[in-house]
Amino acid sequence: MGDSIKLRYDVNGEDFVTCGQASEDVKRTLKGIGIPSATIRRVSIAMYEGEINMVIHGGGGVAEVEIFEDRITIVLKDTGKGIADIEKAMQEGYSTATEDIRELGFGAGMGLPNMKKYSDEFAIESKVGQGTTVTMTINFQEDA
Amino acid sequence: MHLRDVVKILDAEILTENDDSALDIDVHTACGSDMMSDVLAYVKDQGLLLTGLVNPQVVRTSEMVDIVAIAFVRGKRPDKMTVELAQSKNIILIGTQQKMYQACGKLYAAGLGN
Repeated sequence: MGDSIKLRYDVNGEDFVTCGQASEDVKRTLKGIGIPSATIRRVSIAMYEGEINMVIHGGGGVAEVEIFEDRITIVLKDTGKGIADIEKAMQEGYSTATEDIRELGFGAGMGLPNMKKYSDEFAIESKVGQGTTVTMTINFQEDA
Repeated sequence: MHLRDVVKILDAEILTENDDSALDIDVHTACGSDMMSDVLAYVKDQGLLLTGLVNPQVVRTSEMVDIVAIAFVRGKRPDKMTVELAQSKNIILIGTQQKMYQACGKLYAAGLGN
């Protein structure tokens, strides 16, 4: 053993309808290798929130996933407008989403806080005008 | 509570094509929301989602948190693509004319807890 599974997805920033397909695929993959369902749910939620963010704020990008024996790392990289105040963006309820996005059921300012909540390790880097990279690690605990 | 009871209580129409036995599935909890991030933040096991939103991300959100059935309230109906997406994920869609508050109230009173 020791080999990891590497997955890479292009997230289309124009397409709200297909958004979530990368998360679905990761969910299926984890199910296939027998990861406990509670852990899969944490991964799915964190990654799906990230994918939604990439579409509504980041103009799309790339999702790179690596599955190890004991954990999964998810790197979500967009080349969008970036986040000016990360501390603010991490607060529950703070959102810069448009009214259109809210009507679709998102933009409540819970995305980044949810991603952090469901990750064991969470890092975010952003430069205004250049984009945002979020890196999340979720461990596969026995008791999850 | 069985999904069959939910359908009866809400006087709902079944929008996906399922075997009749699919309605024997047990739902333990329910969540009423039009904000998908709230659903992602708070939902527990084996749930039913009540919502007035009908876009495909309602189905995707439900899949991520293992929701087994979605009840659309206020007479709202999803488009064909959303129905097909749900069907491909074995998520059962039902539709009721009742408003969110009424629908949640009736289910809660009938014993479907949170």
